[in-house]
Amino acid sequence: MAESPSGAPSAAENITTATDGEAAPVGGFSLSTSAAATVFRTRVFGAEDLHRAQTRIAHEIVERNHGPRDVVLVGLHHRGPEIAQRLADAIESFEGVSVPVGALDVAFYRDDIGLRRVQPLGPTEVPVDVTGRVVVLVDDVLFTGRTIRAALDAITELGRPRSIQLAVLIDRGHRELPIRADFVGKNLPTAEREDVRVRLRETDDVEEDTIELWGPDGGDE
Amino acid sequence: MKHLLSIEDLDRDGIVGLLDGSEYMSDVLAREIPKVPALRGKTIVSLFYEDSTRTRLSFETAAKRLGADTMTFTAGSSSVTKGESLLDTVRTIESMGIDAMVVRHASAGAPHRIANWIDASVLNAGDGRHGHPTQALLDAFTLRRHRGDISGARIGIVGDVRNSRVARSGIQCWSRLGADLTLIGPPTLMPERLEGWPVQVTFSLDDVLSELDVIYVLRVQQERIGRALLPSLREYYARWGLDAVRAQRLKPDALVMHPGPMIRGSEIATEVVDGPRSLIREQVANGVAVRMAVLWDLIGSGGVV
Amino acid sequence: MGTLVVRGGRVIDETGERDADVLVRDGVIVEVGPGLDAPGAQVIDADGAVVAPGLVDIQVHFREPGREDAETVETGARAAALGGFTAVVAMPNTTPPLDDAKVVGAVLEQGRRASCHVAVAGCITRGREGHELAPMGELYDLGVRIFTDDGDCVADANVMRRAFEYARALPGAVIAQHAEDPALVAGGHMHEGEWSARLGIPGRPAAAEITIVARDLELARLTGGRYHVLHMSTAGATALVRAAKAEGVRVTAEASPQHFTLTDAECASFDPVFKMNPPLRSSDDVDAIVAGLVDGTIDAIATDHAPHPPASKELAFEEAPPGMLGVETALAVAITRLVEPGVLSLRDALARLSWQPARIAGLDAHGHGLPIAPGNAANLCVIDPSETWVVDPARSASKSRNTPWAGWKLTGRVRHTILRGEPVVINGEAVR
Repeated sequence: MAESPSGAPSAAENITTATDGEAAPVGGFSLSTSAAATVFRTRVFGAEDLHRAQTRIAHEIVERNHGPRDVVLVGLHHRGPEIAQRLADAIESFEGVSVPVGALDVAFYRDDIGLRRVQPLGPTEVPVDVTGRVVVLVDDVLFTGRTIRAALDAITELGRPRSIQLAVLIDRGHRELPIRADFVGKNLPTAEREDVRVRLRETDDVEEDTIELWGPDGGDE
Repeated sequence: MKHLLSIEDLDRDGIVGLLDGSEYMSDVLAREIPKVPALRGKTIVSLFYEDSTRTRLSFETAAKRLGADTMTFTAGSSSVTKGESLLDTVRTIESMGIDAMVVRHASAGAPHRIANWIDASVLNAGDGRHGHPTQALLDAFTLRRHRGDISGARIGIVGDVRNSRVARSGIQCWSRLGADLTLIGPPTLMPERLEGWPVQVTFSLDDVLSELDVIYVLRVQQERIGRALLPSLREYYARWGLDAVRAQRLKPDALVMHPGPMIRGSEIATEVVDGPRSLIREQVANGVAVRMAVLWDLIGSGGVV
Repeated sequence: MGTLVVRGGRVIDETGERDADVLVRDGVIVEVGPGLDAPGAQVIDADGAVVAPGLVDIQVHFREPGREDAETVETGARAAALGGFTAVVAMPNTTPPLDDAKVVGAVLEQGRRASCHVAVAGCITRGREGHELAPMGELYDLGVRIFTDDGDCVADANVMRRAFEYARALPGAVIAQHAEDPALVAGGHMHEGEWSARLGIPGRPAAAEITIVARDLELARLTGGRYHVLHMSTAGATALVRAAKAEGVRVTAEASPQHFTLTDAECASFDPVFKMNPPLRSSDDVDAIVAGLVDGTIDAIATDHAPHPPASKELAFEEAPPGMLGVETALAVAITRLVEPGVLSLRDALARLSWQPARIAGLDAHGHGLPIAPGNAANLCVIDPSETWVVDPARSASKSRNTPWAGWKLTGRVRHTILRGEPVVINGEAVR
């Protein structure tokens, strides 16, 4: 799940809603204002770039952990579980090992409950006991870090992993917490009011994966 | 949703949304640590003017599973029975800083009145003979888990419908979900007037027994006899009780429900309560998940749209 | 006492209507006609207004003695004067009840200084307990003409029979019944019907009123007694009274403004301001009450003004006491609901608000409801029949606030009220 900064609704907060233009993964604030005010800036990843980045991340995960043996990939709703599955498929293709994949919903662990509309996004399902394992949290975009903080709370209630790592497709900066990613598809400098729009075949009803940068109309701030 | 006062305030989608939310909460309850910090920092008061340990515990468990703080006001343990007005009592409680008030009251509409007076969310946990919306939701949730779809199910509600808040809320909830409802019992325990009710009525349980997909048995109270509503509980049980012989005549896949507390042998036989078609135990268990979903919707989700 | 002239109005009374001034000296009307004047007379402006006999409310609860926090004779009478009333009959369900000459005497004494004439009704039975007759003769000697256990029904048929019989020795006395069979209404809080079934609030069936009225009419036939039905609320009872009148039974009936304007659907708000006994009924009943007022089956509009302090209505519906305010709004509700739509003429409405109830209660003998003619006491009200206003409970002169018409826009307003030749309300403000 992509993140949004705390506080009142702003264009930046619409990032996750703007990524797919339909049901808001985190916030229910209407997209229309932001959609009307934002324009396409640049394509960050096409399907092939994304595939290469995923494959690289899969290799890095295996390399860092000296093999896939204790790894469990846990995707954060929304889109994280699907990306985690892609990484697991990649690992299986070159290691011949099926890595367990889970899904985590952090809605109830967020620190902005009450500040904006928050809804559960999907079931939390982790098929193995995480205690003693290496949990790799998987999300699409890393922004403020607040979703990951919530995920750390949520995952530790399921058990005591040996270590927790973080894999994201895009790190767009603007962290509000001391959190960093271990595996990054692409570091993308952005302005706070820009949106990173991730569209995946599994989750967004598109033919082809894309990641695009959109921003406020009227040029750079 | 700001308050949950009556099922009438919900349309079909609203009900389905809460049932879906309850599924989610049910998953949370199945975890090793069946608790989330979703309502951390929120304070929920149970204001119980009528004793109901079961319902109160169910709400308080739900609140605690979501990380909220809970307080309890019961009529017996406070000034509420000493002639203080309802308004004064709830204003006093509200001034302690609360987010939601769970109200059980012997009078119809008490939660509606309170909702007009305070800013916090109000949940009706049973008001007089009027309504018990979370009971209706947990019953619908339980039934949906077993049938998948409630639409088209023939549900018979047997017993003291006239005095039952559970029946009033249940009828509204199930009818919105498309069930086909039949009220069954002695005329003295049927509502005096039924214009506009989405139900059929029969005075004979035996006539419809074999057609029911679900039989929902209501409690029958001893005090009804003193008020000339029934000759005796024995006579009631003979005509309207769900005994083992009648249970045999139910459809093979028919389900049995009861809101509790029940009087075995007065309205339902022990073998039926504990039998394979009984959902009674599950109803109680599901109460916590449903109340979590309602609490989250009212004060957690930021969902006042 | 001095001289005053009510100038420029249209005089409406039992005898008819005419444009005329009214000259009053020392509490008595001395002349009625055009262009009246007298040296040093106080001029009461009635330009564009209606000048009518003071209104008479034969059923109010002024709560004194016992619940002076809800109302007193003083505050209730002031509210009544603001509503155009120059005479009221205070009901005896006080604490202690008005079943004793001493208590009745004390209330009458309070009334002497009040803004309207305060007559009292006496109990039929001691302690309003329904068993032994109250000292009806002693109370009669103090001026009591209406006997009732109002608030409660005299359920015992034999007691009712004896009351009818005994009252025949007291000329002008009438036995008035709160007609609701206590066994049928036990535990009930609103009209039994579609709404009570839906809301799960135990009901008070119309049959509770109808059966008592039927029984009492039979007892009135048996005894030759005089019977008055208080706050009649059902189509069934109205039909019975209509038939009984046709055959000459000595029966009169009154209806309260709430029973010809509001229905049991109001109870869906769960606001106990809509709770009273007898309860707000179905729309069919409301229609029947209106029809009864039109055809004369119902003789009087009486408010059943029943104040309750705010705290006692800040409860759940089933816990709150029954009753609603009425004296300040009765005329306007009657004009808005009956006169404006053309159901009753203004004069017919005034008949039911003034001279007809005055006769039922024997208040004509005290100078109320009489024609506006020389020699009669100057008990008058001056009405703007087409002025509109919005009911604001906070502005009520009553000690209580429990009006069901809060926020209603009503037509018809009292400009002045004159009691025995003295202005007690001037330009809508109480001056006593």
